[in-house]
Amino acid sequence: MSDVIPLVEVDNLRAGFAARPTAVDGVSFTLHRGECLALVGESGSGKSVTARTLVGLTGAGSTVRADRLRFDGEDVLGLPERRWRRIRGARVGFVLQDALSSLDPLRPVGREIAEPLRLHTPLSGRARRARVLELLAAVGVPEPELRAGQYPHQLSGGLRQRALIASAIAAGPELLIADEPTTALDVTIQAQILALLNELKTGDTSMLIVSHDLSVVARLADRVAVMRDGRIVEEGPTEQVLGDPRHEYTKALLAAVPASHAKGTRLSSAALVPQHRLREEGEGILRERPSLKRVAATATDEPVIEARDLVKSFLGSDKVARTVVGGVSFDLHAGETLGIVGESGSGKTTTARIVLGLETPDSGTVTLHGRRWDALSPAERRAERRRLQVVYQDPLSSFDPRYTVERIIGEAVAVTGLTGTARRDRTVELLDLVSLDAGYLRRRPLELSGGQRQRVAIARALAPEPEVIVCDEPVSALDVSVQAQILDLLADLQEGLGVAYLFISHDLGVIHHVSDRVLVMRDGLVVESGDVGQIFTDPQHEYTRALLGAVSTLSTAK
Amino acid sequence: MTALSLTVPRVSARLRGWRVRPGLVLGVAFLVLLVIAAIAPALLTSHDPLEISTDGAFLPPGGDHLLGTDQSGRDILARMVHGARSSLVMGLGATAIGVTVGAAVGLLAGLANRFVEGALMRLVDVTLSVPDLLMALVVIALLGTGTVNALFAVAFASIPYYARMLRAQTHVVRRATYVEAATALGLPRWTVIRRHVLPNAFKPLIVLATIGIGNAIGAGASLSFLGLGTKPPAPEWGNMLSLGIQYISNDWTMVAIPGLAITLTVLSVTVVGRDLKRRSEGRAV
Repeated sequence: MSDVIPLVEVDNLRAGFAARPTAVDGVSFTLHRGECLALVGESGSGKSVTARTLVGLTGAGSTVRADRLRFDGEDVLGLPERRWRRIRGARVGFVLQDALSSLDPLRPVGREIAEPLRLHTPLSGRARRARVLELLAAVGVPEPELRAGQYPHQLSGGLRQRALIASAIAAGPELLIADEPTTALDVTIQAQILALLNELKTGDTSMLIVSHDLSVVARLADRVAVMRDGRIVEEGPTEQVLGDPRHEYTKALLAAVPASHAKGTRLSSAALVPQHRLREEGEGILRERPSLKRVAATATDEPVIEARDLVKSFLGSDKVARTVVGGVSFDLHAGETLGIVGESGSGKTTTARIVLGLETPDSGTVTLHGRRWDALSPAERRAERRRLQVVYQDPLSSFDPRYTVERIIGEAVAVTGLTGTARRDRTVELLDLVSLDAGYLRRRPLELSGGQRQRVAIARALAPEPEVIVCDEPVSALDVSVQAQILDLLADLQEGLGVAYLFISHDLGVIHHVSDRVLVMRDGLVVESGDVGQIFTDPQHEYTRALLGAVSTLSTAK
Repeated sequence: MTALSLTVPRVSARLRGWRVRPGLVLGVAFLVLLVIAAIAPALLTSHDPLEISTDGAFLPPGGDHLLGTDQSGRDILARMVHGARSSLVMGLGATAIGVTVGAAVGLLAGLANRFVEGALMRLVDVTLSVPDLLMALVVIALLGTGTVNALFAVAFASIPYYARMLRAQTHVVRRATYVEAATALGLPRWTVIRRHVLPNAFKPLIVLATIGIGNAIGAGASLSFLGLGTKPPAPEWGNMLSLGIQYISNDWTMVAIPGLAITLTVLSVTVVGRDLKRRSEGRAV
């Protein structure tokens, strides 16, 4: 049966580094020609390392062992570097998540795409050039002649990703490996890239998709392998794994996706937490917080924040003023969550910074409890700041690198006038609110996981007892299980403390889950606003419909 | 990412940092020797650096005079050991002054409005465009020669480097999210600057200053060599080198020894400074 040799055969693959000796711990799978397999898992599950063993790029200091590691029947385990070079690019194409850092900034993209052609095909210079334009057109880049001469920074994120895919498929590889190919992209662009990958799949090319995003996988893969702690916990046809999962972990992972839940339901469950985290931190990270006293619903019609006709423009590098926020108005009431959703560059973050008083609008006003920000003296403004706090996407960069957790939160506690042991007690209390124990006081941010860092950031934001917390993409950098815990935590805190959230996200699923009301922003304008249920079920504006249509949801699985 | 897998690489990185690098060990050893010579020269030599011995001039290395004697019959080793102090004082003193003034200028530029910043930085650019040694010569021409004036001259020439660096750092740190987070807490501007901007902006400056010490020692020796710094017969490597040149046909060791000492000192300081720099950048050492 020599004609049905699978393209890729992996049996009992083990790979690791000095720091993580068992990053991949006994993985086996086969990939046939024309088939698309997805490796799904959270960060640290070993999915990327597994994919990289197939191109011999696990990096210096890594060890790769396997009972069998074959590409097209040939044993590639321990292949010398020189022979790898004949496989990479020629027979296996590799697409990475971040197109900006994967493309040479000093080379026009056309030259980048011509590189594999030069190395692996006998094409002449002129034929190569023609083929590059052909490839760019094939991946849907408009005006290929113009684009081929441009540098990566001159292209948008979507075009860069297309160019990267073009260079990966240039030499006609039999296998295309895509590691988080759409993670850094806006939803509408993401939908286009997924459509492009789907087209490529129809040929003879096999595909190995690595992703944390179940909805991406649902659209592309024929088969799915769910990875956790270096092992495959479940493997099978896509419809079966996503529709009728057998393993507890897969079930929990699917349940943690916020799009499938209404507001008020919990997302996280014990099955999602890696075993060693449970050992280390106890079940506390999942518990409900009875310590929070339920605040009586302060049902006043008086908004905490009123934003009226906010306009802000910035001078671009070409000295032309670009309007980033073009007339945004909204009210935020006590204890509610207002979601702002939009793609990158829509002005979400600038709007939030104006509300926080960190940016002065060109025109328009922000009123806090009936007092205008711009009418306050600097001293009065400082005193008001503690009523509005902020949680950033990247908590690490929001902490002074020299500070311990105790000093980070303590500095914010000090704003309320507490000193000495009272300050320390309050710091411990705040840590407890976010389900971290006092043992974390002396840790530095670098010694915390992403989820723990975000918890510390939330504790700091709570310290001055604010009425409003601006959450700027607070869960975008987190794994779906950690995201679920943080969203649950934010919901608990709101219920207990009555704090209002201005919640910014590009992720419609997250926005749907957390918000009471939603603003949809595009190019600095609010295109639609209203009750979350109404926006999501009956969008009025064309753009909102396009945005919702572009979301790859699990229900759109084949 | 889990806490477990995050802490493990940190530990191994720290261990790797302790791997013995021969160049670094030699550099540190030489600097330790230099500090001993500067603090307690009597531990390393029993001769007086100024005493004209009766054993004779131009003695070759060996015997009672380990490195020989110079044209007046003075012990070269004693002069070398006693000269270490003035080299170190030059290196540390000039760098301290340069860093202090440079940091003040850079910080002011980094925090002030655009006009003050523009004026300060153009001034810095002008000084930067003149070669260091030439700038030092201009200062000496204004102040006159001598040990202290040479120190000021070398310090002055180093100011623009530190000013530029600290201004750039201040700009970077000012825009950091953690500074914004502190502002959002309602902390007064100066508290934010004192607590978060200053310490974080200064960190890379310390490393640059270490490397700067080596340059200052070299520059100080150059000035003395030209007869503009410490005057003979006081023991100083630069003027020993300058004297030695006159007798190079009689005794080449009079040139080789101070020359080697200056080279090794600057080299050692640079090796140690670069190592600190790499560590502070978190790179594999």
